[in-house]
Amino acid sequence: MGLLSDPNRRRALTKLLTRLNAPICVMCYLAGVAWFMGLAFEPFTLRTYMSENAMGSTMVEERFPAGERALATGREFAAHKKKVGGMPVDWLVKTMQSRGLEVFTQSFTRKLPFPDENKERYMVRGTNVYGILRAPRAPRTEALVLSAPCSEGNNNNQAVEPCSIPTNLPPLCLLLVPSGGDWSPLQGRGGSIQAALSLELSSDVITSLDLVLEGLNGQLPNLDLANLFYAFCQKIGVLCTIQGKLQRNDWDTTSGYSHAAQTMMLMVLKQASGRPWGDHGLFLRYHIEAASIRGINSFRQYKTDTTTIGRLLEGMYRKLNNLLERLHQSYFFYLMPSLSRFVSIGYYMPAFGLLAVILLLRALDLWVQLGASPPGTEDGPSSPGVLSILTPVVISHMTGVALYTLPILSQEMAVQHFPVSETEAVVLTAIAIYTAGLALPHNTHRLLQGEGTEEGWRVLKLVALLYLAVLLGCTALINFSLGFILALSLVPIAAFITPHTPKALSAAIMVLLSPGCTLLYCVFVFQELQETPVSLQDGWMLFLSVISQGILDHALYGSLVYPLLALLIYPCWLLLWNILFWK
Amino acid sequence: KHWSPHGPSPCPDELRLMAAPLTLLLIVAVTIRAVLFRSSLAELIPERVEVVSPLNAWKRGSGIIMMSSYLFQTPLIIYFFHFVIDYAEIVFMMADALTAVALYLAVKDYNKTVFRKQKYALEAERYPLDCLELIRTPKEMYYIPLKVAMFYLLNPFTILSCVAKSTCGLNNAVIALFILCTVKGSSLMSAIFLALATYQSIYPLTLFAPALLYLLQRLYIPVNWQRSSFWLFTTQYTFMYLGSLCVMVCLSFFLLSSWDFLSSVYGFILSVPDLTPNIGLFWYFFAEMFEHFRLFFICVFQINVFFYTIPLSIKLKEHPIFLIFMQIAIISIFKSYPTVGDIALYMAFLPAWNHLYRFLRNIFLVSVVLLACSALFPVLWHLWIYAGSANSNFYYAITLLFNVAQILLVSDYFYAYLRREHHLTHGLYLKRKDGSEATLVLK
Repeated sequence: MGLLSDPNRRRALTKLLTRLNAPICVMCYLAGVAWFMGLAFEPFTLRTYMSENAMGSTMVEERFPAGERALATGREFAAHKKKVGGMPVDWLVKTMQSRGLEVFTQSFTRKLPFPDENKERYMVRGTNVYGILRAPRAPRTEALVLSAPCSEGNNNNQAVEPCSIPTNLPPLCLLLVPSGGDWSPLQGRGGSIQAALSLELSSDVITSLDLVLEGLNGQLPNLDLANLFYAFCQKIGVLCTIQGKLQRNDWDTTSGYSHAAQTMMLMVLKQASGRPWGDHGLFLRYHIEAASIRGINSFRQYKTDTTTIGRLLEGMYRKLNNLLERLHQSYFFYLMPSLSRFVSIGYYMPAFGLLAVILLLRALDLWVQLGASPPGTEDGPSSPGVLSILTPVVISHMTGVALYTLPILSQEMAVQHFPVSETEAVVLTAIAIYTAGLALPHNTHRLLQGEGTEEGWRVLKLVALLYLAVLLGCTALINFSLGFILALSLVPIAAFITPHTPKALSAAIMVLLSPGCTLLYCVFVFQELQETPVSLQDGWMLFLSVISQGILDHALYGSLVYPLLALLIYPCWLLLWNILFWK
Repeated sequence: KHWSPHGPSPCPDELRLMAAPLTLLLIVAVTIRAVLFRSSLAELIPERVEVVSPLNAWKRGSGIIMMSSYLFQTPLIIYFFHFVIDYAEIVFMMADALTAVALYLAVKDYNKTVFRKQKYALEAERYPLDCLELIRTPKEMYYIPLKVAMFYLLNPFTILSCVAKSTCGLNNAVIALFILCTVKGSSLMSAIFLALATYQSIYPLTLFAPALLYLLQRLYIPVNWQRSSFWLFTTQYTFMYLGSLCVMVCLSFFLLSSWDFLSSVYGFILSVPDLTPNIGLFWYFFAEMFEHFRLFFICVFQINVFFYTIPLSIKLKEHPIFLIFMQIAIISIFKSYPTVGDIALYMAFLPAWNHLYRFLRNIFLVSVVLLACSALFPVLWHLWIYAGSANSNFYYAITLLFNVAQILLVSDYFYAYLRREHHLTHGLYLKRKDGSEATLVLK
């Protein structure tokens, strides 16, 4: 409290902060980036461990014998699927019933705002088939879910394989073949779902299993679920990966470090995208811990047979069955540079904090500067001052609202007048509005009867800085990766933009660091990290499809990234753009 | 001399000039609320724990009047809504408008008094010479009442509270009317409205002291234990207050023909049985506590609200309106079920103290923290309740920070007020005994 009340010490501190503001900001930025990159360095990370008592010490026995039968069922399923030309619902129901499950179906439809070109659909429709295996002597209040997606595109032939697993299994096991959307009411009910696994096997030959954790809006399941998977892979001897990357032991070499960094960056990029990267992503939103397990066929020398995978799943379900309460012991906020290492929120938040503190330092600096100007003029320009601040703020947000609503509203008109498809129309309208926003400062100034005082831009910048700081802080709490990536690109321009910097250069830098361009870089970096580099042309096409996917994810699953960018981040960036062209 | 001899006392023309912006403001405020009532947010906002507490939540059942917590509303409020249930939205909007107008008139009258006092002091040459820059000018005081009304009506907290149909808006209206009557010097009406406010939520009881001090000051009766006139007026005011409180309680009894409401309303406020998270300090503390310490800590927490009345009344006995502001702020920070509507009421007074601006020390820090906390409340609530990834500690940390910021804000204003008064008697540029420049340090 001494610091808060003693005027002399306060003055000294403020003077120090204002005088050294720029160097401190640069230091903070570099330190933030360095801290983040350091997170992938193994000595700085923690080894994963099982926190949940119920799953840790107890032993379970896996006795799954029916690998061959599962494979046969899978082949039969593929044949029926080909015959029906979609999901063979009747066959599925019959087969699952013959395994002793209570089987129900549930149909759903959902109309998309515009056609999805990646999956060639306008209407999301389908049928969930789910079977309930009730345990003979159990209270039947809780359930575990095993789901397998059956989408038309990929050959998810072994989707039904788990049907044959639960020969002698937990209290309640619910099997789903889901997709998501508007649904008819459920007929059969299990219990409250404790955990869910989504299994995606795309070929008969499986060499390794990949764990997918990133869910809707960057939500992650409890770390114990990942630990469980890792523990069983170790026990049974299955090759396991995360982000498709194997674990390496040579952390002290450069290539070892860069491998870990790449794995972590992939996770960050996937999380930042805010879309569910597997069917498990939709469970997370309902407070159900879930992960996807994806079969991969790429490491030739290894081969895992179906019985082993069955045993792995059986073991995991038996352990999950031991749970006394929902998974909650371990972390919910983490990043994983490898499957056996993790970085918890306490370790990665400082990286973001160091970036966010720059905004606050700049705001403090501006506040001191504003206070230093003569107090006599204070109430003079304050009433027009409020107006001159309010106008850019309102106009920027109106542009944001236009960016959010117009692309979908105006698609019909665009299709009529231009030779484009609906999806292209939506994406191109969005880009057009985004670019049109850049022309705004001139319009704003015409409205403002040619004022624009020195004080005016300072106040506007103060508002923009605080706004951005609060915005990024909230984003980082919900989705760290998104917050961090946005902070990485927006903080430098927010910190150093003034009307007095060279216009052309600053404008170029601002455009290059705008949210849209950040998205473009992310697309390229992601492709690069996935070892499927793309040419500029393909990258651009991918960028367009990413935008349309973002809008569709918002419409279909309620992903928040698109509204966040359009309604809040973009207007905030426009405010900064406004400051640059302040006259 | 740059102050006018007339002060901010308005001539009829000026009155008309001021009425126009106020009307405009009211129209804007009502429009915003009406739009929000019709939007999809009207469903969402009443669910927010920051905006409603079990004490002032509103829910309408099928056909009959039903508050979500029927028993926690006072009988008179329930009886009142028996008649206006169909016009609830209008009632809540009118309550906000009424509060704003009452505050507007009250602050206007108060400013007139302040200016008159300042003029007398100047004529008697009681201020040191270097304090002229501390003197308030009519020009800067002119817009204060309008700003007060604006701060109340356009404050997002008030708007949220109104859209949630939180009865907090009605309580605020009663307190605003009480302040208006006090400032106008009508002791009977002041006592009645104070009794009504107390009847609604007990805590405004602490406003008794400042009201009495102000009325005494207005009648030029010194606070002196030996003077019979002091005792006469105090007894009179107390009698009016207790009498009207008694009438209200008895009226409630006749409405319900049972005394149950006493325990279910006031017992609920004082013993804090509902630990739903809110922006206050009680819920987490009492949720974590061992049961056998509960009574002791409830006493400590509740006494805390009332405790500040005595030292503050002694320190601020010359400035009762500032004391009212302090008391309202303290109530809204330390009460058992605070909502953002309570905060809005004391924040409305901030423009009235804008002459203290130069003495405020932490205003930047405090406003940033308040702003950030207001944004973080829903985010952490989402992470805790919906996503299940954060827990109650996250939310409580923000609650704590929010309240610390509020306390800092209030104490900052308190300190600034005292410091200005100090400068007005001792001169602006203080010198140490050895002649060097001195600074005031609060320790």
